[in-house]
Amino acid sequence: MAIKNQTSRGVSHTSLLSIRDGHTQKRNSAEKRFRIYGMVALSIGVLFLIFLFASILRSGLPAFTQTVMNVEFVVSQEEFDKAESKMLKTKAYQDIFVAALSAELARRNLDVAFDNKAIERIVGKPGGTIRSYFTEDPSRVGQPATFELAASSRVDGYFNGRVTRETLVDSRFLKATDLDLVDALQAGGIIRQAFNWNFITGTDSGVDNPGGAGLGASVIGSFFMMLVVLFLSLPIGVAASIYLEEFAPRNRWTDFIEVNISNLAAVPSIVFGILGLAVFIQFAGLPQSAPLVGGLVLTLMTLPTIIISTRASLAAVPPSIRDAALGVGASKMQSVFHHVLPLAMPGILTGTIIGLAQALGETAPLLLIGMVGFVAREYPEGFLSGFTDANSAMPAQIYTWASRADPGFYEKAWGGIIILLLFLITMNAIAIILRRRFERRW
Amino acid sequence: MTDQHIASAFDRDLEKIQAQIMKMGGLVENAILEAAVSLEERDEERAEQVRRNDKAIDALEESINEEAARVIALRAPAAIDLRVVLSVMKVSGNLERIGDYAKNLAKRTRILAHMEPINGSASSLRRMAKEVERMLNDALDAYVSRDAELAQNVIDRDIVVDQMYNALFREFLTFMMENPSNITSCMHLHFIAKNIERMGDHVTAIAEQVVYLVTGAMPDEEREKANTTV
Amino acid sequence: MLDVTTVERDVAVNNVKISAKDVQVFYGDNHAIKDVTVEIEDKTVTAFIGPSGCGKSTFLRCINRMNDTIEVCRVVGDIRIDGENIYDPKIDPVQLRAKVGMVFQKPNPFPKSIYDNVAYGPRIHGLARNKAELDEIVERSLRSGAIWDEVKDRLQAPGTGLSGGQQQRLCIARAIATEPKVLLMDEPCSALDPIATAQVEELIDELRKSYSVVIVTHSMQQAARVSQKTAFFHLGSLVEFGETSKIFTNPIDPRTESYITGRIG
Repeated sequence: MAIKNQTSRGVSHTSLLSIRDGHTQKRNSAEKRFRIYGMVALSIGVLFLIFLFASILRSGLPAFTQTVMNVEFVVSQEEFDKAESKMLKTKAYQDIFVAALSAELARRNLDVAFDNKAIERIVGKPGGTIRSYFTEDPSRVGQPATFELAASSRVDGYFNGRVTRETLVDSRFLKATDLDLVDALQAGGIIRQAFNWNFITGTDSGVDNPGGAGLGASVIGSFFMMLVVLFLSLPIGVAASIYLEEFAPRNRWTDFIEVNISNLAAVPSIVFGILGLAVFIQFAGLPQSAPLVGGLVLTLMTLPTIIISTRASLAAVPPSIRDAALGVGASKMQSVFHHVLPLAMPGILTGTIIGLAQALGETAPLLLIGMVGFVAREYPEGFLSGFTDANSAMPAQIYTWASRADPGFYEKAWGGIIILLLFLITMNAIAIILRRRFERRW
Repeated sequence: MTDQHIASAFDRDLEKIQAQIMKMGGLVENAILEAAVSLEERDEERAEQVRRNDKAIDALEESINEEAARVIALRAPAAIDLRVVLSVMKVSGNLERIGDYAKNLAKRTRILAHMEPINGSASSLRRMAKEVERMLNDALDAYVSRDAELAQNVIDRDIVVDQMYNALFREFLTFMMENPSNITSCMHLHFIAKNIERMGDHVTAIAEQVVYLVTGAMPDEEREKANTTV
Repeated sequence: MLDVTTVERDVAVNNVKISAKDVQVFYGDNHAIKDVTVEIEDKTVTAFIGPSGCGKSTFLRCINRMNDTIEVCRVVGDIRIDGENIYDPKIDPVQLRAKVGMVFQKPNPFPKSIYDNVAYGPRIHGLARNKAELDEIVERSLRSGAIWDEVKDRLQAPGTGLSGGQQQRLCIARAIATEPKVLLMDEPCSALDPIATAQVEELIDELRKSYSVVIVTHSMQQAARVSQKTAFFHLGSLVEFGETSKIFTNPIDPRTESYITGRIG
């Protein structure tokens, strides 16, 4: 609504403030459009994020459950002696097991026929496990014992919906008839799905046993590697930044160094892997696949990131603080360490966390120095050997699983990604807490 | 040193008060001359006019003092600017006193108009008044052109006025001793002569302010007072 | 009555504390300070005035060798404090700066507690043998800085939480804590409101009983109020130096007159 003013000469003109002329309207609609574009872009991004998380969770959560078979039976002394006297001992125990299972099923009025081979296809060969249980402690003979046996990956897949009767037509790993047995066992409460702790705590298993694969050793491997990266790159990076920012003279040489540090941040990570192989393993003779070597290679990769962000944080501290310190009679070193560095801490920590998070997810250089998946077979014995024992890292382990044929490994890979993401989120949370504590106003 | 202040309003303020001084000076010069003429011609009308005009002079002095106080409060003048403002205040005070003496002269003229004239006295007084008026004119010129030499010249001429007063004093004494009936009019004439001599002193004070303004120091020597009667 | 002269300001001649002779300062090729010779007295407030860029701050920073931190800056000439040449190679600039305190234009307390702000200097110079002595130094400095009563109950509160005027007084207390001989102040009140400015000026008047104070200011009224001696700088040279009252009522050099009456600047 335009306000019209009457001048003394009777000529009316409109007040500038309320009129919507074409110019203002075009500007308003342009701004509105821009806001809408922004929101659309944000929504698309959020949608992709939701899609990503949904598919990760959908594919990865099954890795955390495991199908197990619970059987309780008693091995009498007589049976024990008879089995021990046979030549094929484990087979004898297996027979005992099959007999006990049939008795159990009959007791529950679930009548399904099965044989040894079917048991093997469903639950592997339990004979060895049963035998060692009793031979370890002979006093266990005659006592009731419960065995929790892991089902094969295809049975697991059946429970997860991955495997159906149709897909088993030509399979030699599992027959459709076996599934009837499985159903009966499930109805009897003998087979059920349990939380797969082994996935989190266990080590990598052979190619034939996807069910038994665990990420635990790789987590330890990553952890030791991160320790090496943290304790090497942080001090070196911060010290280098302090020198370059506060003490170095400004001449051609320092400019040259600065340009090159920025370039280093853009070097492909596999180049660092080759460098690590050549220098650390072949020249320096450090143990192959060791987290120590992985840590050293990743330190080289993380240093540029830390240096760049530390320099930016140091430069952001206002010069008045330095002047005040110098004015009171502090030396340059004292003013940097007592005043500038504490104020730059939040920025430095941010840079460090970014660097560490990047390092955590690096796969290519680790593959070249041998920290591949199948190496992570055992936990290291002690703290120091954790650095030098051959191990793998999480991303490398995930890569290895993803490249194996068995579909059971496929879901393990996704499960590994979930654990990796949890690790990252925890690291970031720690970083945020630390940064809050260090933040000061100036 | 450039003449203009960076803040031109400051220049305008200073010019304003100095213009007012010039105006006041003109009024006072006029008052002296008119009073002297009215005395010589025994013109009561003229004398009355001089008395009325003194109001304008008083009003100007008040206005100048107000303006000067305002400039001091708002501009915090330093060095020469401060001396300008301080001198303006002093000069206006001196001019106001001169104006009062002229008014006094006019009042006595009205009384003397009704008495017998004393021979020769009027013209002597007129000459004395003219000399003072010339001194005032020169002093004000020196103020405008910041001429310390001219101001010093004015200061030196005060002795002439003093000497004229001495001569008139002795002359009136003889008149009074000659003829006692002359005493009343001679007394008035004497007071008039005294007033004109005091006017001269005030003009000299104005000239001293000019020297202070230009050099930053008051003139050093004790002014020679030739007035031997006090 | 020519014999009575009332002296309001203490114009008794004190000892010379800082003496500068033929000082030149170069920023690269730019000759920023030319042939400055001046003697600054003890227990006196000396004001440096002049238009922007005239070199007063640069010269001030020569006195505590803060210009050393600027790479392209070169100082030539003689500056002595208590007779010692401060540009002698044997003199450590870091030690010098404990003895020549500086207060800056924008109050810049450390982002630490009030106590730590004042205690930092004495700590790094080892002026206190134990905590009790340090406490004493802090209290004495805060009292001298006219801020003790306002902060004595909250010494652990952050220094940056104070108002502008209080922060500046804290910075003054911090500068005094290292027992300096000279106090340099670079436009200390320009970031403060009039009340805080008046408080700091009052403090400066108190301080001149014990220290030689040099204050750079672009406010002529402040220089007139606060100082006993004034030095006028113009285009890198020292144009006039003398008693403050004389400079402001009857300066000798026409350039000085032009500046203080507001004709150039």
